[in-house]
Amino acid sequence: MSTERLEVRKTFKLLINGAFPRSESGRTYEVTAASGTFLANVAQASRKDVRDAVVAARAAQASWWSQSAYHRGQVIYRLAEMAESRRDELAEHVALSEGLRARASQLSVARAIDRVVWYAGWSDKIAQVFGGANPVAGPYFNFSLPVPSGVVGVIADQDSSLEAFVDAVCAPIAAGNAVVVLASEQRPTPAVLLGEMTATSDVPSGVLNILTGRTGELAPTLCAHEDVDGVDLSGVNEAFADELALLAAGSIKRVLRPGRGDASLARLRAFLETSTVWHTIGQ
Amino acid sequence: MSDDLTQSRLGAMTYDPAPESAAIVTFRDAYGLFIDGRFTDPSSHDSFATINPATETVLARVALASASDVDVAVKAARRAYETTWSKLSGAQRAKYLYRIARLIQERSRELAVAETLDNGKPIRESRDVDVPLAAAHFFYYAGWADKLEFAGYGAKPTALGVAGQIIPWNFPLLMAAWKLAPALAAGNTCVLKPAETTPLTALLLAEILQQADLPPGVVNIITGDGTTGSALVDHPGVDKIAFTGSTEVGRLIQERVAASHKGLTLELGGKGANIVFEDAPVDEMIEGIIDGIFFNQGHVCCAGSRLLVQESIADDVLRRLVRRVDQLRVGDPLDKNTDVGAINSAAQLARINELAAYGEHEGATRYTSTCVLPDKGYWFAPTVFADVAQSHRIAREEIFGPVLSVLTFRTPDEAVAKANNTKYGLACGVWSEKGSRTLWVAQRLRAGVIWANTYNRFDPTSPFGGVRESGFGREGGRHGLEAYLDVH
Repeated sequence: MSTERLEVRKTFKLLINGAFPRSESGRTYEVTAASGTFLANVAQASRKDVRDAVVAARAAQASWWSQSAYHRGQVIYRLAEMAESRRDELAEHVALSEGLRARASQLSVARAIDRVVWYAGWSDKIAQVFGGANPVAGPYFNFSLPVPSGVVGVIADQDSSLEAFVDAVCAPIAAGNAVVVLASEQRPTPAVLLGEMTATSDVPSGVLNILTGRTGELAPTLCAHEDVDGVDLSGVNEAFADELALLAAGSIKRVLRPGRGDASLARLRAFLETSTVWHTIGQ
Repeated sequence: MSDDLTQSRLGAMTYDPAPESAAIVTFRDAYGLFIDGRFTDPSSHDSFATINPATETVLARVALASASDVDVAVKAARRAYETTWSKLSGAQRAKYLYRIARLIQERSRELAVAETLDNGKPIRESRDVDVPLAAAHFFYYAGWADKLEFAGYGAKPTALGVAGQIIPWNFPLLMAAWKLAPALAAGNTCVLKPAETTPLTALLLAEILQQADLPPGVVNIITGDGTTGSALVDHPGVDKIAFTGSTEVGRLIQERVAASHKGLTLELGGKGANIVFEDAPVDEMIEGIIDGIFFNQGHVCCAGSRLLVQESIADDVLRRLVRRVDQLRVGDPLDKNTDVGAINSAAQLARINELAAYGEHEGATRYTSTCVLPDKGYWFAPTVFADVAQSHRIAREEIFGPVLSVLTFRTPDEAVAKANNTKYGLACGVWSEKGSRTLWVAQRLRAGVIWANTYNRFDPTSPFGGVRESGFGREGGRHGLEAYLDVH
């Protein structure tokens, strides 16, 4: 009889509206490590799960945006604090998912956490960098403010399981959007772990919703959804992006195309609108 | 002034004492200087006592930094700049600043009590304004440290080097945060000199910097008096001087660095006009006027110390003001219900007394709160002067105390002319429900900050600073970075 302790294994679930449900469809699919060994039976979200997540995001976005930028920055920073204390767990899953050596996966996680900190600092700077007063020729005080697009659908990068995921979700959230994200189909567990951390970092329910499942099945539903304001397609290949961008055009969505997300401010700008106010000046 | 409104009191309504416990803070008997990451031995310096102005009891003794101490501190800052701080990435500097912000939040109640003990301000203000804003300031500038290239000061803005920073006694911890956070975010190292009468929260901040593992020498905190500040200003190893205080001292400093290449920003005095139009929302306006002048005992450089009220409503506004002033709770700063605390020092009290006496002498009508003042400590009952002329000293000079001068106007043009009739230009208030007129007035006011239908609002994202003899340079916001960057 072995005295070695058997680990307690976890069921990886979806994150919708602050809860961690299985797919309403009851489906799961097997995810393997890069080595080919069994990693988890993750939830296989359905199109109904996508629609539920969009409803949750829509409801959460208004209250998230109504918080002060300072508060939103602190919440995102809190996520970095939570991730820092679970670095090893994240690194283990990044290593398994991406087939990295321990050191490389630790560095990847460190970069991802630092990226969360970077976005935390953006929340109360966006207005100052992208907004401003406009010297119109007339007796008006005229100023432009950046405001969030609303609900953003993200098709996460299929290869980079955490670093690219953090960029894709933190940028729109820092800008005041709510997000529905489809995690990497074959490498979803680091994203699910990060989702779990939002539960202890004061991220309001529904601001970040994470779905695992078949990208080919779910992405068209997300991109065609009439109550989604923008989609980040930077994580999918060109051919599929063309197809999804066509669906997104149906309700005039903002689209971040592949190859655009790497520019340092492109992600922040992608899901920001400009709201301009004219106010009369006179005695 | 004898109708029911003026006579009304809170009647039978009284408040039980609600003191915040002072037990949360323990001061050392004596503090050395914080240089190169460590406190020096207190016995190696001359020292002076810092007292609680509400009780006149000694809180601690602090070191009086000599010119040679200043030299040691500046050299430590230079060494830290060259060997560590300038070698770090912006993201690394950001992490230190985030740590400091969090540590201030964690120790916020202790810092609030310490501030109230050393300064005399009400605990309600130190707890709800000074300390949270200090933490927010570090948090905000932490976010800039790794984003300087987006701040609008060129693609690769660089630090200036060693910043010498001299701060006043009215918001001791908050002013330290206003100075240190942007300087560190921009990549400078600092020598900070707290005010002579309020050194203690800066010394607690030094402990926080130790807890944050900030590299030695990046921030040095040297207590002292005017001679210490003077030595810092004159030190050839300092690249930049940032000063907040009186216009009188600011002028001396500008003269002292005039023939050098030192950078300089000055945040000086003010004689803020609070302009009230006849359509202003009455209750908010009265509270705004009260907050504008009695917040922090009027020890506020941007205080709304001149009330310009439209003639048609002047009698009514004065009547309401006098009634409200009489309801202000003056006394124990540690009491959570206190509105107005102690005057910070005997010297400041003497100046307020002198100017108030001059107000009567020059013919203004004085209304002073009938509140009972404590026997011990430095106190001044909230006071309103009516029938003030622009030529009166109380309309021209900064009193820096709980004294409001009321003047009147008829037209927006006259309001603007009177508001601008001062050598200062720090802040103004405009009260009106008509937005277009508020903006029309704001465009014409010569002031660095203009509040509309509010007063004394501060935020780390919002630039603060003056024009004319209220100084130059901005603290807060994206603009606040410029003071600490080499901008070409």
